[in-house]
Amino acid sequence: MDIFSIPSQVWFGQLLIGLINGAFYAVLSLGLALIFGLLNIINFAHGAQYMMGAFLAWIGLTYLGINYWVALVLVPIVVGITGVIIERTMLKHLYKMDHLYGLLLTFGLALVIEGLFRHFYGVSGQPYSIPDSLKGGTNLGFMFLPNYRAWVVVASLVVCFFTWYMIERTRIGAYLRAGTENPELCQAFGINVPLMITLAYGYGVALAAFAGVLAAPIFQVQPLMGSNLIIVVFAVVVIGGMGSIMGAIATGLALGIVEGLTKVIYPPASSTIIFMIMVVVLLIRPAGLFGREQ
Amino acid sequence: MTSAVKPHSELLRVTDLHAYYGESHILHGLDFSLNRGELITLLGRNGAGRTTTLKAILGLVSRRTGSIIFNGQEILNLATHKIPHLGLGYVPEERGIFASLSVEENLLLPPQIRSDGMSVEELYEMFPNLAERRKSQGTRLSGGEQQMLALARILRTGAYVLLLDEITEGLAPVIVEKLGEVLTELKKRNYTIILVEQNFRFAAPLADRHYVIEHGHIEKVIEQADLAANMSMLHEYLGV
Ligand SMILES: Nc1ncnc2c1ncn2[C@@H]1O[C@H](COP(=O)(O)OP(=O)(O)OP(=O)(O)O)[C@@H](O)[C@H]1O
Ligand SMILES: [Mg+2]
Repeated sequence: MDIFSIPSQVWFGQLLIGLINGAFYAVLSLGLALIFGLLNIINFAHGAQYMMGAFLAWIGLTYLGINYWVALVLVPIVVGITGVIIERTMLKHLYKMDHLYGLLLTFGLALVIEGLFRHFYGVSGQPYSIPDSLKGGTNLGFMFLPNYRAWVVVASLVVCFFTWYMIERTRIGAYLRAGTENPELCQAFGINVPLMITLAYGYGVALAAFAGVLAAPIFQVQPLMGSNLIIVVFAVVVIGGMGSIMGAIATGLALGIVEGLTKVIYPPASSTIIFMIMVVVLLIRPAGLFGREQ
Repeated sequence: MTSAVKPHSELLRVTDLHAYYGESHILHGLDFSLNRGELITLLGRNGAGRTTTLKAILGLVSRRTGSIIFNGQEILNLATHKIPHLGLGYVPEERGIFASLSVEENLLLPPQIRSDGMSVEELYEMFPNLAERRKSQGTRLSGGEQQMLALARILRTGAYVLLLDEITEGLAPVIVEKLGEVLTELKKRNYTIILVEQNFRFAAPLADRHYVIEHGHIEKVIEQADLAANMSMLHEYLGV
């Protein structure tokens, strides 16, 4: 069966790649949206923190023999703790200032973190092999589905759904939403808003690191792997609307798929399609598709 | 801490309170005090500094100096989120209902600070409208219902000192009347209340004492018993 005289295998193949990219966009933009909502800071270090996730997984495996599954749990916690330290020592001084200061500081942090990894490990990519239990693939009849890629999509969606559920349906989430909306009043009710902000940043950063560990076996592990990705993720967040959790997830997935399919229909546009959509959305709905007008 | 409050002892003493938003100096040496079970009003024109007085007590201004003794403890240097846990409940100007929370989530948001607050059932009985609309978005309620919610939300926490900022503003007379009944009931239950009001007719019969604030300091203290004799002067101060 051919569509536009392109074999269906090609369509499904690109759809899968789109889904995988979309899953990464979703997890990363979710963390960014969460951080922006509560801290009012555009976390430019997000890409570097994603890279740290992949790199620490690689370092753990190479030097310490820590396997993939342990890394998947441990690395986000470790990177999340570095996030907590960054928030406590640096970011907390910026909340009363313009967005721009947070952006500059986190941008500087990204350069420093990436610079450190380049200094010690160079720029060439390090391979990270797929864990044994996820090697191989499944023939679905219409296409061949590599198990690891299926796992990445499922794991990302589960983490996104879990985060969404926590924020929208639980008591902790109610604190978080209220803190995003009116932190001063939350303090006046006796809620420890500074602690909440610290934990939210830590969690957002941990999400980035989680995506990094997931990415390690798919992409080459190298110091700049995050800086290319993060630009697209920023576009995703702008399109979805800053601070909207569901918006970040849905937009991330959808744009990954759009990007993948564009590669089939008109390959030259595939690397710019998301930015073109961003321009159109900004013109029509400046607050983003899911954003609330201020 | 719970039982340390004696029935008619002094609960709050504010001395030489100065408060700032950034560089702007808003309160210029406020003095007043409040006994357990009393209701006082803070009156004054727009911009006099009444809201700022409540915010200064709660630590919501950028800087404050002087002294605020609550139940025998200096709270001037206490972290903002710790102050309410001493027993304070706050209804802010414009009610502060959260749009991203349902009615019930709004009601359950403030952490419990003492075990003897009203139960959710009791509050739904007191404000039946809230029970009916518990799943609605908080800000979908009418102005009156939102005000009930703002009050109910702090009564649940066990706060026994209530800071209420213009709770009658923009509400229909029947709702104002209902709020008057609620406050009368709360006074009976020995709540201590600071009421910021524009609606003097509402505040007058409830209060033990009135403080007139002007340009960030107390211009005049009027005991309830002397109210009638001071009416014309009060009208002049409030510009009504
Ligand atoms: N966040 C703020 N930053 C700077 N100045 C402020 C801020 N909030 C209030 N002010 C100023 O402080 C003064 C006192 O304001 P406040 O809100 O306490 O008045 P108020 O007596 O409650 O009056 P009303 O509520 O009727 O307007 C006003 O001059 C106001 O402009
Ligand atoms: Mg006011």
